Amino acid sequence: MPVAASAIYFLNLRGDVLINRLYRDDVGGNMVDAFRTHIMQTKELGVCPVRQIGGCSFFYMRISNVYIVIVVSSNANVACAFKFVVEAVALFKSYFGGSFDEDAIRNNFVLIYELLDEIMDFGYPQNLSPEILKLYITQEGVRSPFSSKPTDKPVPNATLQVTGAVGWRREGLVYKKNEVFLDIVESVNLLMSSKGSVLRCDVTGKILMKCFLSGMPDLKLGLNDKIGLEKESQLKSRPTKSGKTIELDDVTFHQCVNLTRFNSEKTVSFVPPDGEFELMKYRITEGVNLPFRVLPTIKELGRTRMEVNVKVKSVFGAKMFALGVVIKVPVPKQTAKTSFQVTSGRAKYNASIDCLVWKIRKFPGQTEPTMSAEVELISTMTEKKSWTRPPIQMEFQVPMFTASGLRVRFLKVWEKSGYNTVEWVRYITKAGSYEIRC
Amino acid sequence: MSGHDSKYFSTTKKGEIPELKDELNSQYKDKKRDAVKKVIAAMTVGKDVSSLFTDVVNCMQTENLELKKLVYLYLINYAKSQPDLAILAVNTFVKDSQDPNPLIRALAVRTMGCIRVDKITEYLCDPLQRCLKDDDPYVRKTAAICVAKLYDINAELVEDRGFLDTLKDLISDNNPMVVANAVAALAEIQENSARPIFEITSQTLSKLLTALNECTEWGQVFILDALSRYKAADAREAENIVERVTPRLQHANCAVVLSAVKMILQQMELITSTDVVRNLCKKMAPPLVTLLSAEPEIQYVALRNINLIVQRRPTILAHEIKVFFCKYNDPIYVKMEKLEIMIKLASDRNIDQVLLEFKEYATEVDVDFVRKAVRAIGRCAIKLERAAERCISVLLELIKIKVNYVVQEAIIVIKDIFRRYPNTYESIIATLCESLDTLDEPEAKASMIWIIGEYAERIDNADELLESFLESFPEEPAMVQLQLLTATVKLFLKKPTEGPQQMIQVVLNNATVETDNPDLRDRAYIYWRLLSTDPEAAKDVVLAEKPVISDDSNQLDPSLLDELLANIATLSSVYHKPPEAFVTRVKTTVQRSEDEEYADVGETGYSDSTGRAIDSSGTTTTSSVTAATKQPAPAPTPPAPAAAVPDLLGDLIGLDNAIVPVDEPTTATGPPLPVLLPASTGQGLQISAQLTRRDGQIFYDMSFENNAQIPLDGFMIQFNKNAFGLAAGGPLQVPQLQPGTSARVLLPMVLFQNISPGPPNSLLQVAVKNNQQPVWYFSDKISLLVLFTEDGRMERTNFLETWKSLPDSNEVVKDLPNVVVNSVEATLDRLAASNMFFIAKRRHANQEVLYLSAKIPRGIPVLIELTAVIGIAGVKCAIKTPNAEMAPLFFESVEALLRG
Repeated sequence: MPVAASAIYFLNLRGDVLINRLYRDDVGGNMVDAFRTHIMQTKELGVCPVRQIGGCSFFYMRISNVYIVIVVSSNANVACAFKFVVEAVALFKSYFGGSFDEDAIRNNFVLIYELLDEIMDFGYPQNLSPEILKLYITQEGVRSPFSSKPTDKPVPNATLQVTGAVGWRREGLVYKKNEVFLDIVESVNLLMSSKGSVLRCDVTGKILMKCFLSGMPDLKLGLNDKIGLEKESQLKSRPTKSGKTIELDDVTFHQCVNLTRFNSEKTVSFVPPDGEFELMKYRITEGVNLPFRVLPTIKELGRTRMEVNVKVKSVFGAKMFALGVVIKVPVPKQTAKTSFQVTSGRAKYNASIDCLVWKIRKFPGQTEPTMSAEVELISTMTEKKSWTRPPIQMEFQVPMFTASGLRVRFLKVWEKSGYNTVEWVRYITKAGSYEIRC
Repeated sequence: MSGHDSKYFSTTKKGEIPELKDELNSQYKDKKRDAVKKVIAAMTVGKDVSSLFTDVVNCMQTENLELKKLVYLYLINYAKSQPDLAILAVNTFVKDSQDPNPLIRALAVRTMGCIRVDKITEYLCDPLQRCLKDDDPYVRKTAAICVAKLYDINAELVEDRGFLDTLKDLISDNNPMVVANAVAALAEIQENSARPIFEITSQTLSKLLTALNECTEWGQVFILDALSRYKAADAREAENIVERVTPRLQHANCAVVLSAVKMILQQMELITSTDVVRNLCKKMAPPLVTLLSAEPEIQYVALRNINLIVQRRPTILAHEIKVFFCKYNDPIYVKMEKLEIMIKLASDRNIDQVLLEFKEYATEVDVDFVRKAVRAIGRCAIKLERAAERCISVLLELIKIKVNYVVQEAIIVIKDIFRRYPNTYESIIATLCESLDTLDEPEAKASMIWIIGEYAERIDNADELLESFLESFPEEPAMVQLQLLTATVKLFLKKPTEGPQQMIQVVLNNATVETDNPDLRDRAYIYWRLLSTDPEAAKDVVLAEKPVISDDSNQLDPSLLDELLANIATLSSVYHKPPEAFVTRVKTTVQRSEDEEYADVGETGYSDSTGRAIDSSGTTTTSSVTAATKQPAPAPTPPAPAAAVPDLLGDLIGLDNAIVPVDEPTTATGPPLPVLLPASTGQGLQISAQLTRRDGQIFYDMSFENNAQIPLDGFMIQFNKNAFGLAAGGPLQVPQLQPGTSARVLLPMVLFQNISPGPPNSLLQVAVKNNQQPVWYFSDKISLLVLFTEDGRMERTNFLETWKSLPDSNEVVKDLPNVVVNSVEATLDRLAASNMFFIAKRRHANQEVLYLSAKIPRGIPVLIELTAVIGIAGVKCAIKTPNAEMAPLFFESVEALLRG
């Protein structure tokens, strides 16, 4: 049964109900008390996101300082429930202008009630596209499109759009200048052993799109991925141009992309929603260009002293540079004093996270700055267990670089009025979980 | 565009309710609206504002949509507590449902469906009828869901008003969202009804697969979930379906992906081409891996499902073990699940890498995770023989770190490794003994003591080591005491010198006289007697070779796995439990009309000579395992012929499944039972027993006859693993049996407890013991007849479809030459008494062909075709069922039934 929820609760960290909505009769209104006493007020919190208490099951997620709890008593679709919460939060954020927290909920409770009524019916998720919902659910109820007041701009086909085949774009959009912005954002995930061998490495990328296009345009996107290119050369019966092609392990698309067509023709074609959205996500594990290599040496000299040497090598083009590079080197809890020598950036000891934090604001390619630090420890008698070394973590952003090598080959826009469009493409690679064991 | 609604939460000094009342009745619209908002704010924080009901409802008639929605919200919350006043709202609802604005029409119907007050429901039907046929798809999609709401409140009303047919028509609607919601509603109604309401034919299937392309992401989930119940007719159809579903694997919504995976896995069971299967496995891997980059909560759901998928199709992710390596910052619940999957995927090829990871995890901070990692190393050693040595060396390295809980966990798993590979790795015992002093957890202590006892002959100072534990014997937990006892006996048998002799006396004394624990005392006495009567026999018993263990922990039973795979993405797949194990809601069965039609068939069951009662009111007992957790279904009031039922049955109903000891054996309790343990072998105790079904519950009808010279008491019973996992559902309650008396009891049985692997057979091995005699073993036959459930009746169309949907390979035919059918009616009666239900009959030349249906627990249908010539010996019996291997059992039972 694809029911996702019988009731949904929004609680603050103390467990007070901020807002709630019962969708079905099969769970009592006081079930949230069970959640409070059995999960929130015990050590169970955070042990498992799906829990059964009595005849009910609870799924919960924490988002900023709010717990969102779903209660069911049937064999509900959990995947659907969690995805619904994620999408609902995205929807609320889009309505409140970015933030979602306790205050935002209190300040918009009428609107949230209205949205909760609209996006789920009897536990079944309905249309959650912000674009369409904003047509008829507005901050000020008086702006309702069907109100008889003459000042209102009516959107007579709102209901058709909610349920329509293109349920994410409204009709009749007009832009003076037709523009599309494409952002290719990649996160590199790396797990490297202390000996420098790569244990796990992958890139998860997403293509974010911002569309300011008139009418109902049809878009087609071409990337330098292997399968797409092969298919294309098959269709046009001419060999592919030489150049780097990459192999995507997996791709997932926004609901606007025609999946059947992708499956048969390997082309990404779609009618985009208006404004900003995430067009696709992909994952690559083969042939990843790691932007940085980290070479740590950590020596424990006796019981009270440590020597930390870290060399970071940037392996991207010399003309490029990385921004906001942070290297966090964990040290034991009983660290007392530290002294540093760095060839670039600044380093300091942050006691709250037990790390040496080395920051380099601008990090050019093909360089290798080093940090060497001496750490003095308080000698403790109780510490029998040896220090378990957590991995070194790294943060960075490298503009105009893709760790996967992905490139946009073309973006074609068709609209019946035949206007010209301007396309902008940006690339950026960020650190996902970039960890080096030491 | 942030709002400022928080101001509505602030209260004024004056009495709140009267003030709100004033404001609600204000003539200014703005003031009114603010007042309603304040009411809703008060409702949100849990204040009782139900006293304002009339005033709020008066605000309902408004042009302002926002205000209207707030009033509706108030109504949903409070209508139940003020049912009489709720009627005030009906007029507006009905009026709104005819509003020119489709949003208001939909809102009215949606809200009315949420108000579970009879008076409102009565008025809902007409608007709902209209809205189901509304021009606007938004209204239709809302009305479709509303039918499911109404069905939940009053199923009869839905059937009487023909809403189901209208709903079915919506499957062909031209709007995809209407289709999706209609499918969701129908699927839910079907789930709560025993009658076939929403059957997926190949036409609906193809229609819905087409709609899939145009639906919203959620609609796709509804449709895929509903279609996953569809059983393709053959491999080709299955391939077609799969081909149309695979594009969904690329969807960004995890629920769509998991539902698509569920459907593909279901159809794959039918696909015979290995190429196609291999190809599908290849296609499913990347999307499953991608789920692991979602939010941790979604990752958790995905991992629990992957755990199931890997058990059925290990090839899918065989090469992807790296993606399950834990990240340092993964939440603990994700780490634990990843670890479990890593063990499942570990192979000779990747074990080195996996061991390095486990070793890394064993040095992390979270104690539970560290323990699980250490245990994982041990489980890999048990699973992969060639890697065992490497696993052990990693364990030894970890022991050397001397972190207390790591050492203890390592010792626990090393004990298992010793069990798996006896006489191979004893050289490491010396290292283990070094950590002896640090052990403080019972399980670790017990494991270490077991090792010392088992290898006493190779440990020079084994007696000293054990002695060090003995001092604290009385304070040790039971687990350690039991191991100490056994280990000391082993030591004594292996080294019968003076030291161990003294020790054994201390231990036996401690374990018999000084303890309250019956288990410990029993074991000690057994050893004591063994040692004092025949030390050689004691050696044979205590030092016997042990069966080799394997790592089957966390491996699910195949039939349960099947059920869970059919429930991918749902709670059931997360808990790894079948839905009926945690869903307590009682199903409302609507079987009225059917019962009336077939009542006469059911009633004949009561007069049947075997005394097997048929519950004709059609309560759906899915399986007796869950019967205890469910609330009793609508009372199955026994109809008039109940008088013919033996008295015993009356008691049974009254006692609600309790065990009924019967003091005197009377002939009234039914026919004599077959003797399974004759008095000659049972030292005077004679046991007769038979499985029987009464009121949808399986009982073991047993009779005990004491022909011995002494009174017998303390009867206990146990069942060996068997094909259906039958086991006792409660203790055996036999009163003390004086010599020359007998007792008859009904032991309630439960299913699916200890299922023996392999093809099903009818063997049921039983052990019965009492306080005076040795344990008696005897075996019985499980008659399939007692498993047939009362809800096995099928509609004719359903029967035909099921028959067609099953491949021909599932049809088994057998001639029963010794059976004579003298009268069709009598035969049908007899079959009906055993829950085999008559569907149709056909004449072919001089032959009578009868079609019947039955159902065994877990809803597996059995379709039966009997061909016979009246009065002439010889019946051809053909059956078709998803579990064709049940056929021999079936023939055996039917033959016995028809002959007897």
